[in-house]
Amino acid sequence: MSQATDTGTLTAGGVRLTGLAKSFRGPEGPVHAVRGIDVSIAAGETVALLGPNGAGKSTTIDMMLGLLEPDHGQVTVFGRTPANAVKDGAVGAMLQTGAVLRDLSVRELVTMMASLYPRPLDVDEVLHLTGISDIANRRTQKLSGGQTQRVRFAVALVSNPELLVLDEPTVAMDVEGRHAFWTTMRDFAARGRTVLFATHYLEEADANADRVVVMAHGHVVADGPPTEIKAMVSIRTIRATLPEAAVSDLATLPGVSDADRRGAAITLHCSDSDAAIRALLDRYPAASDIEITGAGLEEAFLQLTGVEDEEAR
Amino acid sequence: MRYATYTKFELLRTLRNRRFFFLALLFPLVMYYLIAAPQRHNTDLIGTGLSAPLYYMVGMGAFATMSAVISAGVRIAAERQVGWNRQLRLTPLSTRGYFRAKVLTAYLTAGLALLLLYVAGTTLGVRLAAHDWMTMTGYILIGLVPFVALGILLGHLLTADSISPAVGGATALFAIMGGAWFPVGSGTFGDIAKFLPSYWLVQASHVALGGGGWPARGWITVGVWAVVLAALAGRAYQRDTRRV
Repeated sequence: MSQATDTGTLTAGGVRLTGLAKSFRGPEGPVHAVRGIDVSIAAGETVALLGPNGAGKSTTIDMMLGLLEPDHGQVTVFGRTPANAVKDGAVGAMLQTGAVLRDLSVRELVTMMASLYPRPLDVDEVLHLTGISDIANRRTQKLSGGQTQRVRFAVALVSNPELLVLDEPTVAMDVEGRHAFWTTMRDFAARGRTVLFATHYLEEADANADRVVVMAHGHVVADGPPTEIKAMVSIRTIRATLPEAAVSDLATLPGVSDADRRGAAITLHCSDSDAAIRALLDRYPAASDIEITGAGLEEAFLQLTGVEDEEAR
Repeated sequence: MRYATYTKFELLRTLRNRRFFFLALLFPLVMYYLIAAPQRHNTDLIGTGLSAPLYYMVGMGAFATMSAVISAGVRIAAERQVGWNRQLRLTPLSTRGYFRAKVLTAYLTAGLALLLLYVAGTTLGVRLAAHDWMTMTGYILIGLVPFVALGILLGHLLTADSISPAVGGATALFAIMGGAWFPVGSGTFGDIAKFLPSYWLVQASHVALGGGGWPARGWITVGVWAVVLAALAGRAYQRDTRRV
């Protein structure tokens, strides 16, 4: 690839989101998409924004890119406003939605977009990196969903940005396409560029990020290295019918972090479900209708962080 | 120019677009021959003092160039629909640069449409002094300003699905009322026509009479339409970006 730019002065300060909040008007009153988040990303870091649909990831990204004005709080990108960072050509992004401009070939489209930036990468190199050299002469309206995604990735990359933002980039891609995509992304990040990507797959965040910021219901509910986040979400739930046991006793079983009861049904939230199920059957052989489920991301984090349900509404 | 490459591809896209090709280039040319060729020896079309080939050359030219510049709006609506305007806002391309490329493309395509009709005109015997060709073209290019603004306004106001009929209807209406298809005469229609920018576009052909171009009324009419539509287009653009 081409030589690295002088990152020292261009990227000072990294990316900072401070007290960021945004609501939208909905049919049933205001929808609080983002409820005051603080995130700081150092230059050169690769950060995954992980969360279920509706967590506020895209709204956060839109504010970070200056596409959306926050209600409260502020964003600085390398010490500048997002608009100024964009004007300087420091930001490249692959947004979640959208097709590409029609009536151009893939190469023409990438060339057209490259011409808008002060320090673009070589077009053919980018076509090669994103695996679309073979369709370079095809008209953009004749591409498949996965191919369109790759072209959009090429458009984001060709700007040679200091900050690369990818909003659920692998959505329309097949397995092979995903693999190639992340390899290219990691190579780009290895040049010392700052990368932020949104995803709702823990595996993607784990495999490709230095750090994972988890969002749920507009809050940042966890922020740390992938290993730590993975351990947090490995929480499982055991459900069973067991009329005679006291909740306080159940909660003290090995591997159980919390227990509650609704009629004859009990629910155990477990940090170690293997130990918990052995202990449960050992002490309460009468337990029936047993069911062990892995908690969804959202459930796991809400559980861990104690975010109340009313607030989550 | 700073955005030369960007504008070049914008132009290329437009020329490749089938709708543009048929509506702004092919259709006016075919209509011109159908209407003007049978009356090619008519030297005074319904009291206008102009030959039929000259009158219809400019009339069809007005229709073709209006179609060309308004279709910039169709491209804007399409870009909005696929979210491309958001992608563009993440580039250093300024709002001014964006519109400059759109307007320049609109004028270049209009120029091409006009050139084709001029060539067709000469095949039917239109002969003008070089100076008159230039002056006439100048008036047409100025008369197009309101329509460029109208295209941008509609592009930001309407969706990609609804804009095609709206643009087609507006162009047809302006063309007919302005006398592009037949001289409007001096009755009620003629009185109404004088309030339309398309009428003055068609009147560019009067330079062939040696009587100069527009009277003050023509300048004022075109000027007012241009200012009002440009202001509305600017507002529509701003509202549009806020909503996204």
